[in-house]
Amino acid sequence: MMPARTPFIVRLGRSFDARSWQMAGLFAACALIAVPFMHLALPPDHPLHLSTYFITLTGKILCYAIVAVAMDLIWGYGGILSLGHGLFFALGGYAFGMYLMRQIGRDGSYQSDLPDFMVFLDWQELPWFWAGSDSFLWVALLVLVVPALIAFVFGYFAFRSRIKGVYFSIITQALTYAAMLLFFRNETGFGGNNGFTDFKRILGYPITAPETRVVLFALSALALIGTLLLARYLVTSKFGRVLTAIRDAESRVMFIGYHPLWYKLFVWTLSAMLCAIAGALYVPQVGIINPSEMSVANSIEIAIWVAVGGRGTLIGPVLGAFLVNLAKSWFTVSFPEYWLFFLGTLFIVATLYLPQGVVGLWLRLRRREPPPAAAATEAKGARA
Amino acid sequence: MRKFGLLLCGWLLGAWGAHAAIDPELLKPLASDDSAVRIDAIAALAQASPEEALPVLKALAEDALAVAGGRMLRVEDGRVFDAASNSELRPPPAGLETIGINNRVRRELSAALAALRLFSAERPVRWQAAQEVTLSADAKMLPLLDKALAAESDPEIRNRLQLAQAQASLGSSDAAVRHAAVRTLGESSDPRVRQLLIPFTEKRGEVWVEADSAVRAAAGTSIRSIEQRLAWADHLGRAFSGLSLGSILLLAALGLAITYGVMGVINMAHGELLMVGAYSAWAMQSVFRAYLPGALDWYLLAAIPVGFLAAALVGVVMERLVIRHLYGRPLETLLATWGISLFLMQVARTLFGAQNVEVANPVWMAGGIEVLPNLMLPWNRIIIVAFSIAVLVAMWAILNLTRLGMFVRAVTQNRPMAGCVGVPTGRIDTLAFGLGAGIAGLGGVALSQIANVGPDMGQGYIVDSFMVVVLGGVGQLAGAVWAALGLGVFTKFLEGWTGAVVAKIVVLVFIIIFIQKRPQGLFALKGRFVEA
Repeated sequence: MMPARTPFIVRLGRSFDARSWQMAGLFAACALIAVPFMHLALPPDHPLHLSTYFITLTGKILCYAIVAVAMDLIWGYGGILSLGHGLFFALGGYAFGMYLMRQIGRDGSYQSDLPDFMVFLDWQELPWFWAGSDSFLWVALLVLVVPALIAFVFGYFAFRSRIKGVYFSIITQALTYAAMLLFFRNETGFGGNNGFTDFKRILGYPITAPETRVVLFALSALALIGTLLLARYLVTSKFGRVLTAIRDAESRVMFIGYHPLWYKLFVWTLSAMLCAIAGALYVPQVGIINPSEMSVANSIEIAIWVAVGGRGTLIGPVLGAFLVNLAKSWFTVSFPEYWLFFLGTLFIVATLYLPQGVVGLWLRLRRREPPPAAAATEAKGARA
Repeated sequence: MRKFGLLLCGWLLGAWGAHAAIDPELLKPLASDDSAVRIDAIAALAQASPEEALPVLKALAEDALAVAGGRMLRVEDGRVFDAASNSELRPPPAGLETIGINNRVRRELSAALAALRLFSAERPVRWQAAQEVTLSADAKMLPLLDKALAAESDPEIRNRLQLAQAQASLGSSDAAVRHAAVRTLGESSDPRVRQLLIPFTEKRGEVWVEADSAVRAAAGTSIRSIEQRLAWADHLGRAFSGLSLGSILLLAALGLAITYGVMGVINMAHGELLMVGAYSAWAMQSVFRAYLPGALDWYLLAAIPVGFLAAALVGVVMERLVIRHLYGRPLETLLATWGISLFLMQVARTLFGAQNVEVANPVWMAGGIEVLPNLMLPWNRIIIVAFSIAVLVAMWAILNLTRLGMFVRAVTQNRPMAGCVGVPTGRIDTLAFGLGAGIAGLGGVALSQIANVGPDMGQGYIVDSFMVVVLGGVGQLAGAVWAALGLGVFTKFLEGWTGAVVAKIVVLVFIIIFIQKRPQGLFALKGRFVEA
């Protein structure tokens, strides 16, 4: 028990050490100043010019990194492997996609007020759940509330019945699979297999303009920094300690007098909301959202980003998301037929030989030669 | 009609088959230009001498009846016969003029031919004919049907003929005859008969199609009883397709019941082990086609051991190389086996191509049993149900009657204790995993007969098979069996109401809710466990 509560901002400041704050500042400066400058101001033939491909790819991976951190919160710190994070990501994307579809206005192929796929289905008016989707604020609220609500209800019943471990993984997988089947239907009202695409503008600005892209990129970077700050604050707080304690010995925590349900439920719902934000940032950047985002394979891939980077560390998932996805875009362009071999091997190698991911590997290598300065940080992350 | 009646009397008086030849006068009208005359002639001919008429009418139907010099001639394989006396004409006369027929005549002709075949000595021919007659019976055929019914002894065919008779009497001008006919037809379970009866209960404009109210009421009753029977057949059909789906789920899940249910290893590559089995079936088919084309129909029998061994081998390698190092870490096992599944999928794609390969059903699995007129049970489904029962029994026997099974159970219940009394736990793990994988291979062989065989085929079954095992409860086989059958039948009945996709969603949601209520599944192991 603390004698007097330290102000929140001080606690937040203390959750990072000085070097981490410097790194975060540097990263923010890169994303907010350097990248926009190099993309917009430098001429295309300049050696330091960043191409549109770079901006889109990196922006996309930044969104994936947010998902990876969210996954790490629930898996690395909470010990709960969710195979349903693709669902929350896609739900966020779909919610924001509704707004983007309405922004097309009458510029679609059928020049109707309704989105093209509804005209195609011969619908006369918007279904009730599309009400208000032309308002940015309402949709922003939907992005946060709908996945949070689904996660809360599902999590409440699952954690209350003390479903955990593999059982939880399998039923989250079933949930995502069921949602995918649902979204594949045309009658569900989300465009069936084609999903949403052909977006034209966002908040009135053309969506493919370089300036819009850069703003979206910068927003994704900010969201990632915010996610990292929040996650760091959480895992170093008392809440984080209880959470890791639940991960390591749930029964003992219960016998001491904590109720694991609320701890798990909070981190689960928060994780779902972070995924949804990432999804909402992802959709305008890639310009499409369809039900295959909810496929079983996608959700499991999120887990491998975290596993490769390093569970129970916060920088690990970000690294993992970048490494795996850069490898993916390189493979699928250069050797498409070897990508699954590589990914499959990655799954096996990461689980067999890299229990702490590349961060753990790096720490282990460093510890062997210079004095073990990092051991304390690692121990903090790995076991509270 | 009167002429017809006279002829009929004549025929009834004359002994069966007494005419060695046909009266040429009967044949003459066949060449008439007037369709009505020809139709009457066909009926007359059929009545007069069924046995001799058959070849003539057949020839007429096949455009092989000709006229030359006022004589009717039948052409068969280039030889020419006199239609009346059935003697061959040599040399064939010149100036043959084939008799053409129009559709109206052809319809009557085929009905008459079917009626004639009712007198055939072979049962299948008579059965076929009786079925054809039921569809086209009209008042003109009544006397023939009466005669056939009198001669028929086979109960099934008699039943058919009575229906045909009733149908033919529907057009009678006597209300009592119609009434009796409508009531007899109520015993049918053929949807086409229902169609036939519906006009009797309808109004055309302001007037009832059927004037007699008693007949109308009887028609209504008959329609309802037919519909009831149809609904029954429908339910039976659903129950069977549910059983069939259940047996497929069972085959897909049985291997998982060993690896996950008994050993506690989450194997996400289970679907790919099914794929290995299915590709083995394809490989055996190719081998048989190349080296044993005569025995091609039996490739499936050879595929059973090959599929088992191939999948078991893959399973043993997986266990030795990867899973062995991850015991006690189920979440890591899940990820690693997912990696293996991606790897195996890509191997299949590289070796056999990304397209689905074609696995043909052997001839002995084609066709089916017709239980009711609108209920057909295909042989391949029946065989798969039987196969899954056989696999289940074999697996039960291995687990409960053999030494290996005893060791597997011992290791599952208490690993250190089993090790202490000398059970080689490591080797048992490998063998048990190989067994589970091999059973998945058997499931794959069966699946190759009803589903597409391609690199992605396993992905479709992984969620379903886990649902079966989770729903059934971990640790024994009975749960998996009940869960598979229950899910299969439940899904199929739901599909009837809601369509396939919604049914699947409802089932998944149902399982999710069910697990909340009973996390241990349908059948929990008795006893108390302390979680690690």
